[in-house]
Amino acid sequence: MLDIKLKKELERLALEIRIGAVEEFKARGFGHMGGSLSVADALAVLYGAVMNVDPKNPLWVDRDKLVCSKGHAGPAVYAALALKGFFPYEELKTLNQPGTNLPSHCDRKKTPGIDMTTGSLGQGTSLAVGMALGDRLKGRPGRTYLIVGDGELNEGQAWEAAMFSAAKKVTNLVWLIDHNNKQLDGYTQDVLDSGDLRLKFEAFGFDAVSIDGNNLEQLYMLLGKDVQDRPLAVIMDTIKGKGIKEVEETMANHSMAVTEETYDRWIWELKQQLDDIPCAGERKEGIS
Amino acid sequence: MNIVYDGKKDRPFKEVLGEVIPRLAEEDKDVIYLDADLMSCIGTSIWAQKNPHRAINCGIAEANMAGIAAGLSSAGFKPIVHTFGTFASRRCYDQIFLSGGYAGNSVTVIGTDPGVCAAFNGGTHMPFEDMALYRALPGAYVFDITDAAMLEDVLAQCKDMAGVNYIRVGRKSNAKVYEDGARFEPGKGIVVREYGTDAVVIACGIMVEKAVEAARRLADDNINITVIDMFTVKPLDEALVLKYAKMAGAVVTAENHNKIGGLYSAVSEFLGRTYPVPLGYVAVEDEFGEVGPQEYLEERFGLTAERIVEEVRRAGKL
Repeated sequence: MLDIKLKKELERLALEIRIGAVEEFKARGFGHMGGSLSVADALAVLYGAVMNVDPKNPLWVDRDKLVCSKGHAGPAVYAALALKGFFPYEELKTLNQPGTNLPSHCDRKKTPGIDMTTGSLGQGTSLAVGMALGDRLKGRPGRTYLIVGDGELNEGQAWEAAMFSAAKKVTNLVWLIDHNNKQLDGYTQDVLDSGDLRLKFEAFGFDAVSIDGNNLEQLYMLLGKDVQDRPLAVIMDTIKGKGIKEVEETMANHSMAVTEETYDRWIWELKQQLDDIPCAGERKEGIS
Repeated sequence: MNIVYDGKKDRPFKEVLGEVIPRLAEEDKDVIYLDADLMSCIGTSIWAQKNPHRAINCGIAEANMAGIAAGLSSAGFKPIVHTFGTFASRRCYDQIFLSGGYAGNSVTVIGTDPGVCAAFNGGTHMPFEDMALYRALPGAYVFDITDAAMLEDVLAQCKDMAGVNYIRVGRKSNAKVYEDGARFEPGKGIVVREYGTDAVVIACGIMVEKAVEAARRLADDNINITVIDMFTVKPLDEALVLKYAKMAGAVVTAENHNKIGGLYSAVSEFLGRTYPVPLGYVAVEDEFGEVGPQEYLEERFGLTAERIVEEVRRAGKL
């Protein structure tokens, strides 16, 4: 069970990740808004309660690892890493600026805490399999968490990796499918309907579970659990743009402009939600 | 470097791969070997079945294999990946390019049956463009293997080289050129024959023995040339190319590859801006492959000693 105190902390962290991402986009003027906001809750649970990482030693070999294969959600991961102390929060404002360490898509060579380079959809799946397999063969305790977009599952490589994960019992790898039902050109069911993802992963040999991917309690219960002889696939039913009503309701919210005006409105909305968390305590510097 | 060429066939490459890959894995606990259902083609299958933690059969899924290899590299392993050249280049190029090279992971890729060596598997399996692709991958090393001694040594070195290394090699035998146990320096060409400097032929892979044969024939007509084995097609040994271009004043390249993007391109690109001299090439014109015995395909695509002789005469006005 998720105790009340931790739940509040995670709620707060999820909102702070959203605020951080919006601040990144604001500094550049645009960015991958929808898919960054939909995974904020999963990132809050992973970095706030589940993953064993050390911000002072980002390459610690026994750590848990995250591969955000939908690399365009990098800005949400960067916000989580900055809040966790991997690098200064102020650096978030350098997103996509010339010479930045925070490119649009995740780059392990540039950003402390980014465990793998991603962005070309599908490729992070095989990379994550290799990383988890490598850790297992080296006898390391860490788990690898893999975030894959539902649109990304159009890529055949993802299914090759899924087949391999189950066949070779790569159980120290957890697949998290960000099932926000939308991809760049529209609804996933209209662009290329992937059918019932839970059944598909189950048929591939996974222990596949569908949850509300914007529900911290459900995420926490699943992501912390022991995995037995089948790898775990968590189909996270999420809302693209989650947390900002106007973004949620915008059909084309894959990439959006952030103007002075929308920024003020959206940040206010997120901060209102922060204020609504009882006993939320003091705000962190930089986001008040 | 001791040249022992006498025209005799060497050990089959597949025998060498079947010995060297297991040996490297046994000597170095970080070496891990991945294949895409072609272990039996290079004699690694029995060893792999006994060593499932050192050899991983990824099934017929090359893109996934390339990504897994890159992931294993980030976990501290030294992956050696094998499949046929077409699949080792075109089929998983984006994965080797991004998950491998761009992401800073190190992978050694072995692509067997380059160009006409694909013979009876035909055009679908016949890479004439694999070197072009790997040459365009920043920082990659590209090797076209000449004989068994070279394969053994280059593969052993690649496992410890950072970045992406691409080794193209047949499965059957080429002529033996180098003594057993010879050491090769990546990025350095080898002068195999030096009859004279009427022209220089820069060859790689199966074309080295044909270049030596061409040199012998030309010597009969009192045309004396030098033959260089440019087994590292990238990075090109520019100093050696420049030295012999200056001495000979005419350069002919010879490769089992499309004329676009391989050795001819590399030499032309370099000499064009440094020391332009008349150039010739023996390479596949801009064509797809087709099926047939290797000897037939060599004739069909003009990869012969005869064609080298013609190009030397043309380029050198000899």
